[in-house]
Amino acid sequence: MPKIKPPVRTPHIDMTPMVDLFSVLLIFLLLTASFRPAEVTPIETPSSVSEKQAPDNDIMTIMISKDSLVFFNIDNGKDTSTHFRSKLLEKMGEQYKITFTPGELKRFGTMAAFGMPIKDMKAWLNAKDTKERDALQIGVPTDSLDNQLAWWVRLARLTNPGAEVALKGDAETPYVAVKKVMDLLQENKVNKFNLVTNLTKEEVLLKDLPPETK
Amino acid sequence: MAELIVEEKGKKGGKRRPKKHGTHIDMTPMVDLMCLLITFFMLTTAFNKPKVMVITMPEKDNKEDPKDAPKISAERTLNILLTAKDEVFYYMGIADPKKPPLPTIVKTDFSKDGIRKILLIKNRDLFTKIAEYRDKRITGKIVVADTTFDNEIKRLKKEDKHGPIVLIKADSKAKYKDIVNIIDEMAICNVASYAIVDMSPVELEMLKTAPK
Repeated sequence: MPKIKPPVRTPHIDMTPMVDLFSVLLIFLLLTASFRPAEVTPIETPSSVSEKQAPDNDIMTIMISKDSLVFFNIDNGKDTSTHFRSKLLEKMGEQYKITFTPGELKRFGTMAAFGMPIKDMKAWLNAKDTKERDALQIGVPTDSLDNQLAWWVRLARLTNPGAEVALKGDAETPYVAVKKVMDLLQENKVNKFNLVTNLTKEEVLLKDLPPETK
Repeated sequence: MAELIVEEKGKKGGKRRPKKHGTHIDMTPMVDLMCLLITFFMLTTAFNKPKVMVITMPEKDNKEDPKDAPKISAERTLNILLTAKDEVFYYMGIADPKKPPLPTIVKTDFSKDGIRKILLIKNRDLFTKIAEYRDKRITGKIVVADTTFDNEIKRLKKEDKHGPIVLIKADSKAKYKDIVNIIDEMAICNVASYAIVDMSPVELEMLKTAPK
């Protein structure tokens, strides 16, 4: 009796549901994507119970790294045609007698956070690769002799009067460094800051109240 | 789907009928591409947006006139001193070198039974009011909009006349984390009035001699 040989085929997997799922995921991610900006320095923010979301626009962020270096960032505004960043750099150039070319101003508009003395700004903007760029990021000078951060804040407030100030410090940053920036902000009439934090859940309920002692 | 059909051998006779196939599209490249895209988006998307904690500092006036300084009652004042190694010191009242004795300084920490317990005890009235109001809302006994809810809490905080006035002071060894933690405690314990101020020389001395 001849053996009946079943046809040999590779196992067939129906990929349609998988493709469906992937499509959905992909579309979702595409629509919700807001790209994570390049980080100048790793900052691990402390956590708090605050549930208020950081605004997307009209915010200047002052970052203070673990080793007390200060970085600055400001967005272009809700309407990107306002080009706040380019305008700010132009003003900053006037202040420090540095002329930036239109190309440099435009490039600055597309960059993220930075932290270098203003004299290195040109080199940073014209840097060829990120390695060269990162080497220039040594923090915005904040000493009283040449307080460039104060000028950044001042001019940023002139450029975009609606901008809020956010302070983003690393959990391990010495308080003195943060205090210095806060004092500087207050001298410039900024009395309300947003401290950037991570969300943690913590709650005290009525029943958790310690017993009355009188 | 890529599919390998091994030719069936040894079929004899019969008419060779063309096999009926549903139109088969090879989806593999598409799936590959999608996987790649999804991975890319997953890695670049900032999912959880950072949260912010708003603090408002009092306006700084350059003229240092002690007469203009706001008067706060000594018995309501709770001073929290922050220093290195997550230690928290606190004392009640005002430390004035001209009026000895200095208040006693107590050491505690950031744990649940540490500074939070102190704050809750001091702020019992206001905390109970706010917690009750919140409970009512959560259980659905009252239905109010978010803004009304916030305003009511603001009003309760403003009306409070017994709760502590917390003065937060940090020395040069304190970390940024400590300040955020303590402000966070204020939010958790619904403390109505608190301020971040500078540490006075007397308090620095008190810290030095504080029990370890």
